[in-house]
Amino acid sequence: MAHAVEPGHAAEATTTGLNHRKLLMWVFLGSDCLFFGALIATYMVYRGQSLNGPYPNDIIDVPITTISTFVLLCSSFAMVQALAATNANNQRGIKIWLLATIIMGSIFIAFQIYEFNTFKNEGLTLGTNLFGASFFTLTGFHGAHVTLGIIWLLGLYIISFKGRLGPATALDVELAGLYWHFVDIVWIVIFTLLYLIAGFDVGPAPNPGG
Amino acid sequence: MATIAGVLVRPSGEYAGIWSWVYTVDHKRIGVLYGITAFMVFLVAGVEAGVMRAQLATAESTLVSPDVFNQMFTMHATAMVFMVIMPLSAAFFNLLIPLAIGARDVAFPRLNAFSYWVFLFGTLTFHSSFLVNQLPDAGWFAYASLTEKPYSLGAGLDFWSVSLLVLGVSSVAAALNFVVTIINMRAPGLSLMRLPVFTWMTLITSILLVLAFPVITVGLVELTMDRNFGTHFFMPEGGGDPLLWQHLFWVFGHPEVYILILPPMGVVSEVLPTFSRKPLFGYPFIVFSGLVIGIMSWAVWSHHMFTVGLGPVANSVFTITTMLIAVPTGVKIFNWIGTLWGGSIEFTTSMLFAIGFVALFIVGGLSGVSHAVAPSDAQQQDTYYVVAHIHYVLFGGSIFGIFAGIYYWGPKFTGRLFGERLGKLNFWLMFVGMNLTFFPMHFVGMNGMPRRVYTYPADLGFEIYNVISSLGYVVLFIGIAVFIVNYLRTMRKEPDAGHDPWDAPGLEWSISSPPPAYNFAEIPVVEGRDQYWIVKQRAEAAGEPIPPAEAHVDPSTIHMPSPSFWPLVVAFGVAILGAGILTHVGLSFVGGVIAFIGAVGWANEPAAAEATHH
Repeated sequence: MAHAVEPGHAAEATTTGLNHRKLLMWVFLGSDCLFFGALIATYMVYRGQSLNGPYPNDIIDVPITTISTFVLLCSSFAMVQALAATNANNQRGIKIWLLATIIMGSIFIAFQIYEFNTFKNEGLTLGTNLFGASFFTLTGFHGAHVTLGIIWLLGLYIISFKGRLGPATALDVELAGLYWHFVDIVWIVIFTLLYLIAGFDVGPAPNPGG
Repeated sequence: MATIAGVLVRPSGEYAGIWSWVYTVDHKRIGVLYGITAFMVFLVAGVEAGVMRAQLATAESTLVSPDVFNQMFTMHATAMVFMVIMPLSAAFFNLLIPLAIGARDVAFPRLNAFSYWVFLFGTLTFHSSFLVNQLPDAGWFAYASLTEKPYSLGAGLDFWSVSLLVLGVSSVAAALNFVVTIINMRAPGLSLMRLPVFTWMTLITSILLVLAFPVITVGLVELTMDRNFGTHFFMPEGGGDPLLWQHLFWVFGHPEVYILILPPMGVVSEVLPTFSRKPLFGYPFIVFSGLVIGIMSWAVWSHHMFTVGLGPVANSVFTITTMLIAVPTGVKIFNWIGTLWGGSIEFTTSMLFAIGFVALFIVGGLSGVSHAVAPSDAQQQDTYYVVAHIHYVLFGGSIFGIFAGIYYWGPKFTGRLFGERLGKLNFWLMFVGMNLTFFPMHFVGMNGMPRRVYTYPADLGFEIYNVISSLGYVVLFIGIAVFIVNYLRTMRKEPDAGHDPWDAPGLEWSISSPPPAYNFAEIPVVEGRDQYWIVKQRAEAAGEPIPPAEAHVDPSTIHMPSPSFWPLVVAFGVAILGAGILTHVGLSFVGGVIAFIGAVGWANEPAAAEATHH
């Protein structure tokens, strides 16, 4: 009863030597790159094209989001530790680091909920202008990805109490980790573009469409 | 551990009865499900084309209203692209890929079942727009801002975007599966440059799908939000730019064109050598042309937008890239002709369709080059000339390639040889009907008849061409009817195909027809391209008899993935999630919960039940 027979594990021979599920995850992440790429492209195309306020400089709060960004980046460290603990069969470490990742991811989401709420109160919604539409769509889909990651990690956390995580099932943790790190990296791009670069935009561009 | 917490107990692995099709994870059965479903949609979309041809047969006709005409061309084209040609190709991926690479199934059998069910539900969502009489009517590329709420009041465009979002889930899931399967499950010795060409084209197509669908997904999400949640992504009234939709659509849309044509190109690359009795001419050139097409397909999208005013630089660049992409396509055509050259050609029905493919695709390819040139395209844009082009590549190309595949691999999966006399009648009716229908469109288009307009004045000289086109439709219709009759007659007779009726080169022909559930009792070892020819030639050289099909073994000795209900549950959840956008957001929540429960059940269920059956 140590753990269920999990087909697709390292023991199975594959042409490339790479596990099926790991390859699937990598190709899926490639697909997701294009998804976020198209959303980010939408945001950048519409940068400075809003016909009315609020504009980014009016409401974007870089310091607050820097904190939540820092927390999210730290969660990647916890994720790495969780995988290391799994490989070392450190049952206590697995639980601690998974929980730490979950908590930090949740803090990030809490910040996002707070941010969305504040923006709404300050008069920015999906329908207000192009900034609102493209901002909420992009960061909303990113938040949904993080939320999905949290649910996934919660699932792992629950089964860790049945002793089902360890070196033989390390891939289960590794795959969640790959996804988690990817979502983190996407946030680095979003944070740089939407906050650090475009966050101080005031009003429409002088030469719309130029 | 085999029974999991939840209401669904793992189904037993019996291979019979209607339920066995519901919980199957066998790639061959899923392939059959894809094929049958897509063929049904093919008939429906064909009838929609018939409505258009009936309306256009006479000038100033009032048979159907302009509204109905708009709905017909939208339903026809969307269904043919996303619910006929793509899933018919998917049917071949499913049926063939594991057999062609010497594997027992795909890498993720349950994900494969999931892809099919999501495809089915997406198709049903799309066609349920008939039930509420809210049909989409903005064409298959649905240009904004015509698609926005103020200009399309009904729910038709919501049906369109939601069902395409759902179908996108199916396509990406299936494509991920085939990328992993082809890269990772090849039999020993089957290096990439020994892969059968159809397998190669499947790999390239799957990679294109994985990368292209997210882009249209974003476009569809933004359109759905514009229509339902008050955004103005594509509405100039709110500062949005309708052109962004065109870019997002065609960045997806042009790779999509190659998604539609590369698999049939792969089919033809396998049929031509078999019936020419010689190996494919220039195999590496065909493979690398496919790869180059796959890469270049990302750099030609704006040739769909030559008349929107992107400026001379953009138009020149996309003119050049579009003319360049004709080069690898031409390379393939010359290699196919090179394969035929000097071969001892056997004109089976399958071969006729394959040669028909090459001939008609040349016509479609040449008209394509003619609108690669931006100034020339400005004359052709939105005329019937473009309709002629797209049907030469997608009907003369894709559909003919798929029919070549049906006649070629049909005996493998049914165990029966398809009737050759009816088959040839089927081919000639389709070939003549296809040319009668679409060739006059070149002329009427150049004479200025606009596409997507429900009628035309009598005094412009368009009528004669339209009469010929409509007569051609009737011929085509009879051709398809002959195919159905042929298929039904074939299925009523005793199996007579044997395991290798064509003396073919592929691994799939070394096992019995139809193949057993486990495909290969013993995983083959591959020594070169066209492995089964190598085996047969060695036997011949040694004066031995050709080895018979691999003998069947007791299936319980082979560990196979077990059937599962969970893919269906998750797919149902995804469909309900989509339906919620069309009705009430609460329903989306319910759908999400169903999908979540399904996913948990799926994750907790081992892919294969323990070896001891209970």
